[in-house]
Amino acid sequence: MAFFRSEMFLAIIPELGMLVLAGLLLTLSLLKNQRVNCCLGRVTAIGSALVAVLAFIFSMPGTDPTFLWGGMLRLDSAGFLFRILFLVGVSLTAIFAENEEVIRTRPEFYAMLVFSAIGMSFMASAGDLIMLFLAIEIASIPLYVLAGVKFRNEKSVEAGIKYFLFGSLASSIMVFGFSILYGMGGTTQINEIHAAVVAANVPIAGLVGTVLLILAGFTFKISAVPFHWWAPDVYEGAPTPVSGFLSTASKAAGFAIMLRLMSILFSAEHAFIWQLLIAVIAFASMFGGNLVAISQKNFKRLLAYSSIAQAGYILVGVAAGTEFGYTAVVYYLMVYLLTNLMLFAVVGWVEKAAGSADLSSFAGLHKRSPITALAILIGLLSLGGIPPFGGFFAKLLVFGAAIDSNLAWLAIIGIVNSVISLYYYLRVLKMMYVDEPAGEVALKSPSLEFKIVLIVCITGIIVFGVILAPWFNIATLAAGGI
Amino acid sequence: MQIPWISILILLPLATGMVLLALPAGKLKLIRWLSLATALVTFVISVLLFVTYDKVAAGYQFIEKMDWLPVMGISYHVGVDGISVALELMAGIIVLSGVLVTWQTSDRAREYFSFLMFLASSVFGVFASLDLFQLFFFFELAVFPKYLMIVMWGSPKTREYGGMKLTLYLFLGSVVALVGVLAVYFQSGLHTFNLLELEQAGFGLEFQRLWFPFIFIGFGILGGLFPFHSWAPDGHVAAPTAVSMLLAGVEMKVGAFAALRAGLMLLPDGMRFWAPLVIILATINVVYGAFIAMIQTDFKYVIGFSSVSHMGLVFIGFATLTPEGLTGAGLQMFSHGIMTALFFAIVGMVYDRAHTRSLSELGGLYKYMPIAMFGFVVGGLVSMGMPGFSGFVAEIPIYIGAWKTFPASAIIAAISIVVTAAYILLVVRKVFFGETPEAIKPGLTDMTLRDKIVVIGLSLLMIAIGIVPSILTPTIQAGVSHIITLLGGA
Repeated sequence: MAFFRSEMFLAIIPELGMLVLAGLLLTLSLLKNQRVNCCLGRVTAIGSALVAVLAFIFSMPGTDPTFLWGGMLRLDSAGFLFRILFLVGVSLTAIFAENEEVIRTRPEFYAMLVFSAIGMSFMASAGDLIMLFLAIEIASIPLYVLAGVKFRNEKSVEAGIKYFLFGSLASSIMVFGFSILYGMGGTTQINEIHAAVVAANVPIAGLVGTVLLILAGFTFKISAVPFHWWAPDVYEGAPTPVSGFLSTASKAAGFAIMLRLMSILFSAEHAFIWQLLIAVIAFASMFGGNLVAISQKNFKRLLAYSSIAQAGYILVGVAAGTEFGYTAVVYYLMVYLLTNLMLFAVVGWVEKAAGSADLSSFAGLHKRSPITALAILIGLLSLGGIPPFGGFFAKLLVFGAAIDSNLAWLAIIGIVNSVISLYYYLRVLKMMYVDEPAGEVALKSPSLEFKIVLIVCITGIIVFGVILAPWFNIATLAAGGI
Repeated sequence: MQIPWISILILLPLATGMVLLALPAGKLKLIRWLSLATALVTFVISVLLFVTYDKVAAGYQFIEKMDWLPVMGISYHVGVDGISVALELMAGIIVLSGVLVTWQTSDRAREYFSFLMFLASSVFGVFASLDLFQLFFFFELAVFPKYLMIVMWGSPKTREYGGMKLTLYLFLGSVVALVGVLAVYFQSGLHTFNLLELEQAGFGLEFQRLWFPFIFIGFGILGGLFPFHSWAPDGHVAAPTAVSMLLAGVEMKVGAFAALRAGLMLLPDGMRFWAPLVIILATINVVYGAFIAMIQTDFKYVIGFSSVSHMGLVFIGFATLTPEGLTGAGLQMFSHGIMTALFFAIVGMVYDRAHTRSLSELGGLYKYMPIAMFGFVVGGLVSMGMPGFSGFVAEIPIYIGAWKTFPASAIIAAISIVVTAAYILLVVRKVFFGETPEAIKPGLTDMTLRDKIVVIGLSLLMIAIGIVPSILTPTIQAGVSHIITLLGGA
């Protein structure tokens, strides 16, 4: 049987593993047992770790990409790395979610999380437009549910509905773009589209128009301008771990497909067109995110706008359009995943302990809870691009890639934005370290587990910023797969 | 095996800073002594480096190199030339003085000394960097200690504004320079951040002209180059004493030094092309800074603007591109670092006792703090460029260099000597002589032994250099000769 080869199954072992895990979690959640519900986060984390181990044993890609399942899946180093990235995202989110009161009563949360990760995993390794679209939907639909999981809370419900409406609109525009692409080239195989489009003599304007439609879906996923409006409301309303997941893993998945699709649609002579398109989106996202973030009063909204700006920085690397640029993007995404997940977790913790996520309740946090203040300090400085934290090197790489591709102007816009963003990051730090506490009492100490995870994240952020070589090599390897 | 002195110099304060953060906050004594011990060790190492630096062989010495990210040509690569070894010594002296004069800090002392140590590590690291990436790494390392120290311990009225302004300006300057440096990296095609290799890369004229301003002006912002100088007085005034000493004394030199290393030395033709502009800006620095200093009513602002004025001379020295000018600039960096640290230390001591910095509310302090007056007068004479003091040794070569290349700037900048004399004498009269206002009398006590040691030590150093310039000059000249070779001159 020619089409039934064992490597086809080996390749999707991680996804199968996640499916089993999700089924297990779903079954466990049906027990309606409080004590079981409390440790589901740990089950998810351990399960994801096991899946990652399985992935390393069975699904390591070779040096050249291989196409499996009739070209539906493309097994390469980029897809593999993103897969691991999503698993890390799921584990951390699940551990942080254990602290959330609401999620304890909604145990199906964890199953949804894993289902979504399956979708992302397929997104990163899709080899076909149809597969890609299906994967995006598999990833998105559980997230719509997750955003509204606190269904007695108006803001959460609003977040869920808003996210759903925006998401489905963006998806439908994107799929329209896909269909035009198919119409022009007559194939849905991603790596054949370029040749098909060239053979069919498609006018460049038509191609650009199609790309614009597709970009609607992508910019929604990565919350970049102009499809970023959902982000602040959803991040604010959704349960905090979900916001963290949305702003990191989901965004990384968006970048994964963006890297795959954008770079191959145009031939070299027209590459500048899509580069310019991406550069303009990056420009608008950086300014749009940072300028609005300055006036935010709520920490989650501040992080939302900051994450729009972060999407802009990462897009600078995409716009570079070189392998070095993609390396920069992957490196940035790795650091960013860790940093933002930690930040959202800490903000969620303080919100619970101090009663609100308004910036004012973070005043004097240094005195009330030193370790969480330290975590925020390191997270924000890393986002701001200050060494010895990972964000510094990541930013240096994306700006370097831009300069290398004759996009120095974009790098300059980027650094101007870094300065703007440092302004509001520092203001938060000042509030935490200098201002008098909002309430006199010291907050109750975080649980030991939470502390351990925080310290692991902090160490990770510093390791990304100081021990550069291994991560850079991994990122290079992944970028080579694209 | 050779002992890695420079690595110890850089990493020891960093380690101490982290250890301090982990200590319980109550152990005030331990915290202070640990910081002092670290500062002493770094001081001794910096002296050792300075003394054992081989002036005849010149070039880069005490080199240590370790791969960091070989694929991109990033390495941990430290070493010093004649100029940077002198600046390391200056930084060592100022860090030690800073710890001594703020010994009494008891408000969140653990964080205070820890951040001070991070700051020290950052400046030691920048001066010794032979890798451009590493230079940025160490420079940016100082961003958060700088900011937090100013907003946590600074003067309550202006610390938020001053701290934010200083941090953003310095960050902006460094990232603008970073863009230039990345351009250099990619243009060279050598795939290395190694300064020694990049020096020899020989960039095209067009490229140098385009990118030189990014690097030089970017770092120039950190050095207080007009019109980007306004962070300096505001920031220095807002900062606590030891931070003012480090910022004005060392950080401004970090900017000038990096402009020299990454701007002038990598892109000499760019410097030649842009020299007239730099001269104009720097001359404005010198004269404008001095005039503005004269009309200040706040003791600390006078010193803040005098820094702007004196840093202008350093940039004039650079732009002359002559051996005299560059030697003078190197000497001026050292001399001004020590002088301004002394000034800020004295301002801090006066403020701690009188609880005001307003010149009109001070007076007659010589009766209470004779040593402070002695120090201030010595610093003042250095500042005016009086023969017999280090300022003269530094400024004369700069003026000679300027006279050879841009005589007009030498003439205009010379106005500042008169103005400097005017504001220094004015301040000495207002603060140290005359009647002591009743309002400040209760707080006035003599200085502590630590303060006296610092003031006398720094003063004597400046006099010593003034009388025996050969302590310092040959070392600086060893560094300058290398730059002159890069410029293609004899």
